[in-house]
Amino acid sequence: MAIRDRLSGNEAVANAMRQINPDVMAAYPITPSTEIPQYFTTFVSNGQVDTEFIPVESEHSAMSACIGSEAAGARTITATSSCGLALMWEVLNVAASDRLPICVALVNRALSGPININCDHSDAMGARNTGWIQVFSENNQEAYDNMVMAYRIAEHPSVMTPIMVCQDGFITSHAVENIELLEDKVVKDFVGEYEPEHYLLKDNESIAYGPYAVTNYVMEARRAQLEGLRNAKQVALDVAREFEQISGRSYGLFEEYRLEDADFAMVIIGSAAGTAKDTVDLLRDKGIKAGILKIRLFRPFPAEEIAEALKGVKYLAIMDRCEDFNGNCGPLGAEVRSALYNKNYFPKTINYCYGLGGRDVTVDSLTSVFDDLRKIEETGEVGDVYRYLSVRE
Amino acid sequence: MASDISKLGLDVKWQDLTLGCTIVGSCTAEEFDTGEWRVDTPKFIKEKCKQCLLCAPVCPDSAIPVENGKRLEFDLKHCKGCGICVKACPFDAIIMFKGVK
Repeated sequence: MAIRDRLSGNEAVANAMRQINPDVMAAYPITPSTEIPQYFTTFVSNGQVDTEFIPVESEHSAMSACIGSEAAGARTITATSSCGLALMWEVLNVAASDRLPICVALVNRALSGPININCDHSDAMGARNTGWIQVFSENNQEAYDNMVMAYRIAEHPSVMTPIMVCQDGFITSHAVENIELLEDKVVKDFVGEYEPEHYLLKDNESIAYGPYAVTNYVMEARRAQLEGLRNAKQVALDVAREFEQISGRSYGLFEEYRLEDADFAMVIIGSAAGTAKDTVDLLRDKGIKAGILKIRLFRPFPAEEIAEALKGVKYLAIMDRCEDFNGNCGPLGAEVRSALYNKNYFPKTINYCYGLGGRDVTVDSLTSVFDDLRKIEETGEVGDVYRYLSVRE
Repeated sequence: MASDISKLGLDVKWQDLTLGCTIVGSCTAEEFDTGEWRVDTPKFIKEKCKQCLLCAPVCPDSAIPVENGKRLEFDLKHCKGCGICVKACPFDAIIMFKGVK
């Protein structure tokens, strides 16, 4: 029987971790993810989990401890945000190339500067090419569900790649919502035991992790690593199918909302997708064929599937909650455009930077995006292909 | 995913690498053919050798095996061709050839 509760996103994720009962957590506090290790250490103190908690002196140390622990054969978890993830950056790459299926609960927050504690995706996007799987959540329920599914994806023998489960700082991490939890035993059975083939503490076997590779091996090593990441796409779908059987909730690589016959579409990530759905409902009431594609799996990027889902769209807005400072577009803008180009689909496309540092995203502001798309339809002119939403100018 | 380390030569395909390039087992350096990194190759001239054994301890790769107080032929599976042994030999019993032999 599902358990109805009302929890903040951080509480929901901490409870999923309690049910997973990982072997080790190494964590350092940073707003807005601090509550996750805070709740979790309560579970440790109360004996509700068997987890060894390692208090560390920085996020670089947290991820380094996670790498050592995971290599030792322990299922390992951590949580962070913003500059904490940035400080992990060096070792995030090591975790991925060593093929250690560590899990990070990432609570998305703006990177400095200016220093700010509120939501945007610059932290996750800054780490998007470190070789980690990245899954994004729209609301507390999805943050919980994605956490329950995380290890099943990361630890799959064909994947063996670390995973980042992302939710929006404060917007979902601190907002309390109604939520449906699974029973402890159901989660425990679903996640199962971590049984790696090789690990440092294995009896009668020695193993070296992270050896030096001379020039002759690096390209092959990277290619092999890419294969593991790519395999996560199919595994994420398989795991979601199994998860639906225990939860009744269905997940894909992304969610299509009223997209089937849409002329005007928006691609968006995270909590703002909820606002976007309301916006689309209001536009549909007025007879405007609007739809949403909400990314769930960002890494590996399901390019072909996204392009196919958008093939009927005539006017497209791609929403980036991050300034990428490449001078051309946002990271999602680049990926979606490239996916469409490779499939020879050419909707008239504009890319927005929005919601930085917790800037409000409202039905009104997202309606203005669809207004811009309708203006392109009227005039035939795309105009500026990279724009800022709700910026004073 | 762990494969036989002796198969991890210069021709290994990405599909045959170990997971995360991990190395399972200990003392594996001996099994690994690092001699294929060699550019130049030493030759041992047995007739000139007085078995003074000055060469063996200066070899950085332990590629001059010694048995019963006598040095044997070079271990070309591990020799990198640095030529230090040539300089150590007082009797011209080691010469270097260009290229991998």
